[in-house]
Amino acid sequence: MTSLLQSLMSESILVVTALLVLGLGVSLPKARPLITAITILGGFVAAAALLLFPLDGNFLHGMVVLDPLARIFKLVILGLTLVAVVLASESFPVNHFAESLALILFGTIGMMLLVGTEDLLMIFIALELTSIPLYILAAFDKESRSSAEAGLKYFLIGSISAAFLLYGLSLIYGVTGSTNLPEIARLSGAPDPLLIAGIVLTLAGFAFKVAAVPFQLWAPDVYEGAPTAAAALIASGSKVAGIFILAKLLTSGLGHWAGAAGWEQFLPGWAPVLALMSAASIMLGNITALAQSNVKRLLAYSAIAHGGYLLLGLCSATTDSLTAVLFYVVIYALTTAGAFGVVAIVEKQRGGSRLDDFNGLAKSSPVLALCLLVFFISLAGIPPLAGFFGKLYLFTSALANGQHLWLVIVAVAMNAVSLYYYLIVLKHAFVLIGPEDVRPANAPASQVLVAFLALAVLALGLAPNLLLTPLSKDKTTKVAALTTDHLP
Amino acid sequence: MILTATFLSAFAGAALILLLPERHAPLARWIALATALAGLGFAKAAFFFFDNAAGAPDFQYLTKIPWVPSLGISFSTGADGISLVLLVLTGIIAVTGVLFSWNVTHRPRAFFAFYLIIIGGVYGVFQSFDLFLLFVFYEIVIIPKYFLIAAWGSTNREYGAMKLTIYSVAGSALVLLALIATYAASGAHSFDLFALADPSKAHFAPSFQAWAFPVMFIGFAVLAGIWPFHTWAPTGHVAAPTAVSMLLAGVVMKLGSYAALRVAMTLFPQGLDQWRIVIAVLATAGIVFGALVALAQKDLKFTVGYSSIAHMGFVLLGLMTLNLAGLSGSVLQMFSHGIIGGLLFAVVGRMIYDRTHTRDIAALGKMALARELPFATLTFTVASVASMGLPGFSGFIAEFRILSGSWESLPWLLIPACIGVVITVAFTLRALQRAFFPSVTPAAGDHPFEPITLPEKLGGVLLMAATLFIGLFPSVILDPILRSFQSPLMKHLIR
Repeated sequence: MTSLLQSLMSESILVVTALLVLGLGVSLPKARPLITAITILGGFVAAAALLLFPLDGNFLHGMVVLDPLARIFKLVILGLTLVAVVLASESFPVNHFAESLALILFGTIGMMLLVGTEDLLMIFIALELTSIPLYILAAFDKESRSSAEAGLKYFLIGSISAAFLLYGLSLIYGVTGSTNLPEIARLSGAPDPLLIAGIVLTLAGFAFKVAAVPFQLWAPDVYEGAPTAAAALIASGSKVAGIFILAKLLTSGLGHWAGAAGWEQFLPGWAPVLALMSAASIMLGNITALAQSNVKRLLAYSAIAHGGYLLLGLCSATTDSLTAVLFYVVIYALTTAGAFGVVAIVEKQRGGSRLDDFNGLAKSSPVLALCLLVFFISLAGIPPLAGFFGKLYLFTSALANGQHLWLVIVAVAMNAVSLYYYLIVLKHAFVLIGPEDVRPANAPASQVLVAFLALAVLALGLAPNLLLTPLSKDKTTKVAALTTDHLP
Repeated sequence: MILTATFLSAFAGAALILLLPERHAPLARWIALATALAGLGFAKAAFFFFDNAAGAPDFQYLTKIPWVPSLGISFSTGADGISLVLLVLTGIIAVTGVLFSWNVTHRPRAFFAFYLIIIGGVYGVFQSFDLFLLFVFYEIVIIPKYFLIAAWGSTNREYGAMKLTIYSVAGSALVLLALIATYAASGAHSFDLFALADPSKAHFAPSFQAWAFPVMFIGFAVLAGIWPFHTWAPTGHVAAPTAVSMLLAGVVMKLGSYAALRVAMTLFPQGLDQWRIVIAVLATAGIVFGALVALAQKDLKFTVGYSSIAHMGFVLLGLMTLNLAGLSGSVLQMFSHGIIGGLLFAVVGRMIYDRTHTRDIAALGKMALARELPFATLTFTVASVASMGLPGFSGFIAEFRILSGSWESLPWLLIPACIGVVITVAFTLRALQRAFFPSVTPAAGDHPFEPITLPEKLGGVLLMAATLFIGLFPSVILDPILRSFQSPLMKHLIR
């Protein structure tokens, strides 16, 4: 029991922090700085607990599984939570401020549990724990009609996808007789049609999480309508956790039933399903983004496209391609969180996030504009930023087994298309003339954080080893544990 | 180290300019000039100290630092004669470009910072021997180009900037695809050009080369203005501010032809054999159509823009001859057109347009330019003569070598190429005569033009001296170029 508590120490710290914040919200609702400080402090203590008391092992029959890789991702999620909290502290509505931070923390706990489990039941519970606070956060701006719409849409589509997921997981359990991923992997043999149905339903549930076509419809409305800090968390943290657990589920649980997704060499399994969703997401996301006039909406379509790139990497399921997926999802999350940070500050200055609201940003706030440049160029995959290396690594590793050339062609071509819409935003910021009387943004913490994220994106582009080495240092315990390489 | 100092100094200069406080913004051009001069100094020193002795190594100044070992990526730079010639060209264009943008007062810090980033990227491409590194430098150039044209350009600038960027990115996408496929197919687990080109370490099946070569070559050649993917060039050149037109025509187009030679042609010899005729025909079409379209232009800058297409057609034709005369002529033509193209854009964009506010050839003819702006007229005349390929200027020796090379290996293309030469003479003389020496000398202009400034004169003299010097003493750069084609990496190109 003590070891279980130890294994969940950082999550427990976050629970205590969240309850404390809720209590403060009732007793001292006006003390925003105090509430924010306690939230951030709780996050740092949780991170410190992870770093100072690293614990590896398998607890409660795989309900909680800890390894160095999961720890890296818990830290990444905590970092992304920090971004969301800071953005929220400077942009959220006055009413129920403490509740919003507590909800962010509850969502974070869900994400952290999600990356540290190998059990179908726990996966479902953690996913719900992640999603429900996010539904509320999306609808948090009570005065805004679009925020309410965002929350409702997110909730409805999210619940339906949760139903798909639960049905799929129960079919997998029914066929294999276990909810534990390594035990499921022990059963091999020809895929049962019922199992295939279960896999497809499960994938549908996850496709919602990463906003892959055809389950992407919620994303544009939610990204646009939700308060920007909430959108940042939805776009970054929840995507990291979702991709991580999907990778784990597919490889260490369902690795035998990958099938094949080579051109004209399709074999039934999850790989062809992922490949089709990937190609469709990349095309739809990038092409639809061309027509957007709101930057948050544009980021939503860009997120759909990036979901597609990530699924492309998952199709191969080799050590290299999984390392590439995990590398890229972290890079993408940092970049997109930073981009939302810039949007939040611009919204605060100019009252909106339409393209025209970015006019003349380079003149009114040069540093912010430079950060925007870094994030968008990185999303477009232009060197020397991290997004370029991430994409190159992703595509190279996807080609390594020689099957997915068609997918890589689609991805590279569409990536070239994507530069157009990123450049349009940058054109508004750098080339067009803006209004004269722009008030300076009163968001110092957000600005510092955004600048820090931009530096991180640049540094990871110049020295990708900073992240790549921890992800792939010890092949036996880390990424390799996820892959199908070791399966017979 | 002296080699890497070229791009390091450029990036450092850009960073310094960005850190400059607002009240010192006018200092930006001085920093840019100092940086460009330093870069030219480093490039010339590298050229000068290159060991040309018979037994000396083919590639010198080699630096190799592991970067991402798990993917076989290293920071690998070095130079042979080809690299050095183009590095020196970059230095010359960088310096003169700053001199010709001495009058930029609109947001000078951003202008010169973007400018120096392009310069740094170009220096980087010409010395990279790791394909990942080369591609990084190659792509760094794209974004600053867009902003420089869209924010500081003239006619139709946003359209021109976007068109140019889309073509560049489409070309890059082809290159990226071929690059990834090459890495995956080689099995060498390395991006190192020497390793990939070494048959004992990497082998590419003929069926792979048959598609990878055209994808990669055309991808690079888009930037070199290969017909029919050339239309970005005139539009972009015309829309760009003077220094950027000079950079685009002078060195950025050479990135494409250089990389096509250095990477696509060395890695895929069998693919090259299959596609050689097709590309040679496209190159010749570029020579003829570029010249013909230039003949029909009313706008002086468009005339110069299309002349670049014709001149770059010679570069690509020279590459496809696959003999020493043609290949060396091709590299020489890269240098020569860099200088002459830069000079032409400098005269048209800065000396003429900034004063007359028109580029219409007929309107310019009414302004008595020969009398009002004698220095501009002299410079344009020299540039035109050099561009026509008259002996004594660098263009002659380059085009002569290309044509004699193609006589040996592609004789049936010699006729259209020579027709292209004739049309080049025609459109150049037409533009020169109508704009500067009209048959009816107009009366004195009613508005005197601002005299040509000292930076402009310096820049013009530097470029004219360069083309004349190489025209008179071609062996200074021809010998290192010829030598470079003896190296193990390049020698199998000579059939």
